[in-house]
Amino acid sequence: MDRFMWVTTISLIKGEFEVIQKHNVRIYDGDNRTNFDCGTLRLTSHQLIWDDQLQDRTISLGLNLVQKTEEVIAGFNRSAKIILYLQSKPTSQEPGPKISSQFNYIRLSFRAGGQSEYYAALCNQLSRKRWITQVTNQRQATRPSGRHMGIVGIERKIEQKQKETQSTISQAFSDLNALMDKAKEMVAIADRVAKKIEEKKGQLSDDETVQFKSYLLSMGINDPVTREEHGYGNKYHEELAKQLATFLKSLIEKSDGLMTLTDVYCMYNRARGIELVSPEDVFIACKLFESLKLPLRLREFDSGVLAVQSESHSVEVIVEKITKIIKSKGCITAEELSPLVKTSITVAKEGLSAAENLGMVCRDDSVEGLRFYLNRFMKDP
Amino acid sequence: MRRRGVGGVAAINKSKLAKAKFAEKGTEIAETQVSQMSQQLEEFRTKLSDFAAKHRNEIRKNPQFRNHFQQMCARIGVDPLASSKGFWAELLNVGDFYYELGVQVIEVCMATRPRNGGIIPLEELRVRLTKAHGKTREDVTVDDLSRAIKKLSTLGNGFKVIAVGSQRLVQSVPVELSMDNTAVLQSAMDTGYASIKTLCDEFQWPTDRARRSLEQLIKEGMVWIDSQNASEDLYWFPGLFNNEK
Repeated sequence: MDRFMWVTTISLIKGEFEVIQKHNVRIYDGDNRTNFDCGTLRLTSHQLIWDDQLQDRTISLGLNLVQKTEEVIAGFNRSAKIILYLQSKPTSQEPGPKISSQFNYIRLSFRAGGQSEYYAALCNQLSRKRWITQVTNQRQATRPSGRHMGIVGIERKIEQKQKETQSTISQAFSDLNALMDKAKEMVAIADRVAKKIEEKKGQLSDDETVQFKSYLLSMGINDPVTREEHGYGNKYHEELAKQLATFLKSLIEKSDGLMTLTDVYCMYNRARGIELVSPEDVFIACKLFESLKLPLRLREFDSGVLAVQSESHSVEVIVEKITKIIKSKGCITAEELSPLVKTSITVAKEGLSAAENLGMVCRDDSVEGLRFYLNRFMKDP
Repeated sequence: MRRRGVGGVAAINKSKLAKAKFAEKGTEIAETQVSQMSQQLEEFRTKLSDFAAKHRNEIRKNPQFRNHFQQMCARIGVDPLASSKGFWAELLNVGDFYYELGVQVIEVCMATRPRNGGIIPLEELRVRLTKAHGKTREDVTVDDLSRAIKKLSTLGNGFKVIAVGSQRLVQSVPVELSMDNTAVLQSAMDTGYASIKTLCDEFQWPTDRARRSLEQLIKEGMVWIDSQNASEDLYWFPGLFNNEK
C-alpha cells in the first residue's frame, strides 16, 4: 500500500492512454481493509489510478512496480479480487497515503464485478511494458545524434562540417562577386565626378567637394585629385590627430622628443586594442598637427624616415644634446647613442646626421661602422 | 569680301555664351552625379552590411577567400584598407586584421633586428608570427603579410618586401639597397653567406666591386664577417642562417 502516490490532477503523459475503468473498487493493504473503499479504478498503459470523487482524493501506482498478479474468483460473502504483488518501494518516491506497510502485496476488491475483464486488460498492459519504451523514447529524443557514436560518428560529423563550410564558401564567393559588381559601378561614378572636378576646379561648391571626398574615403577609392588639391579637412582625421597628440604627450617626452612614425603606429594601435587605425590614417592625422596647432610635428628626414617630433624639442635642441654627449665621450655611433637618449637606433642615426648637416659633428665612415666625432673646425671661430 | 557667320562680334559673343552654357550644364551634371553617388553609396552600404553579416567570419578564417577579396578590390580600384573609417573596415572588419598584422610585423622585425640587421625572409616572419600567437591566430598567408607590409610603407621609408630571386625578404631598415647589394643577397640566398670570390665568379665583377658592395652591407649591420674560413673571408647574412641547407 505504501507504493501508492498522491495525485492532484489526473493527467496522462505523452504516449499514455486509458485502457479500462471500473467503479466501486476497494483497496486492501495486504490482508487489511483500508478506508480507500469506494473509488473508480482506472487502468492506463502506465499506471493504476484510484480516484474517489466524493472525498476528492486520488492515488496512483506505477505499473512498473507490479511484479505478479493473481485473480481471486468471487465466493460466498466474498467479492472478486485481484492481488498485485509489488516490488520493494523505490527510494525516491513521492508522498503517498501510507508511509510504510508490512505487506508487499495489495488486493483490489471489485464489488461491482467485472474483475475478469479488468484482469485480462491488466495482464495485457503489464506484458507490453509500455512505460519502458516510453523511457527509451525520451532518451532518443534528447540525444538524436547518439546513433553514430565512436569513430564513425566523429568521421561523419567532420564530413558534414566540411560539406557545410564548402557550401558557405562557395556562397560567399558568389556573394562577393555580386558585391564587387556593385562596387565597380560606384568607382565608375566616382571617376566621372572626379574628372569633372578636375576639369573645372572650383565650380563645384566646397560643400560638395567635401562630401565627395568623404564618399571616396568610405569606399576606399584613391583619388589623387581631391586628396592633394583640397587638403585633408576631414573631421575623422582631425579627431584622430587630437587623440594622437594626447596619447603621445608623455611618451614622446620619455623618448627625448622624437619618435619614428612606425613606433607611433605600433604603440597607438596596441593601446587601442580594437578598431585599429590604418597606417594611412595615422600619417594623415600626423600631417594635421600643425594646422590644428597641436604641440607635435611630423618630420621627414633626408633618409625618408618619418618621425613625430615634439614642438619644444626642435632639431637644434637635439643636436645640442648630441654634441654634449660626443664632447664627453670623444666619438659615438648611432647604436651607442640610442640608449643614452632613450630612442630607437633609427632616430639616433637621424639625429646624428642632422648634427652633421649643421656642421657640429663629422663622420668617420669605415667597415667598423659609422662613427661621429666633434667637428673641431667649427669650434669657436 | 566678308565670310559669313564667323569673325563678327556677335559670333564671338555667341560662342562665349555657348561655352558658358556648356560649363553650366557640366556643373549641373556633376552635381547630380554627386547626389546620385550618395544614393548609390547608401545602397551599397546596405549590400555590404548584408554581406558582412553573412561572410564576415569567412574573410578572417579563410585565407583563400581573403585573397580573392583583395584581388577583386584591386581590380576595380578600391583599397579596403585605406582608412579605418571606410565601409570596408567598419562593416567588414577587414582593417583590424591587416592593421594588427602590421603591428605584429613591426614588433617581430624590431625584435629580430639586432640579430639579422633588418633582413628577414618573409616565410620566417610568417612562422614567427604564427608561433607567437599559437592557436588563436587564424591562418596567415605570405600574401596577407605582404599586403600588411605594403600598408606600412606609408609610415615612412622603413618597411618593404624585396624580391630576391624566387624568394621574398622583408627589409625593415630605411636603407636603399643598390642593385649590387641585392645581387649579393641573391647569391647568399641558398647558403646564407657570400664571399668576394663567389661574387666575382657569379657576376663577373671585379674584386673591388664585390668588396665595396659587401662592406656597405657590413656597415648596415646586415652582414657579419667570418674570418676563420681557411681560403678567404666569408660574409654571412644572419637573417638567412635558416636558409642554410
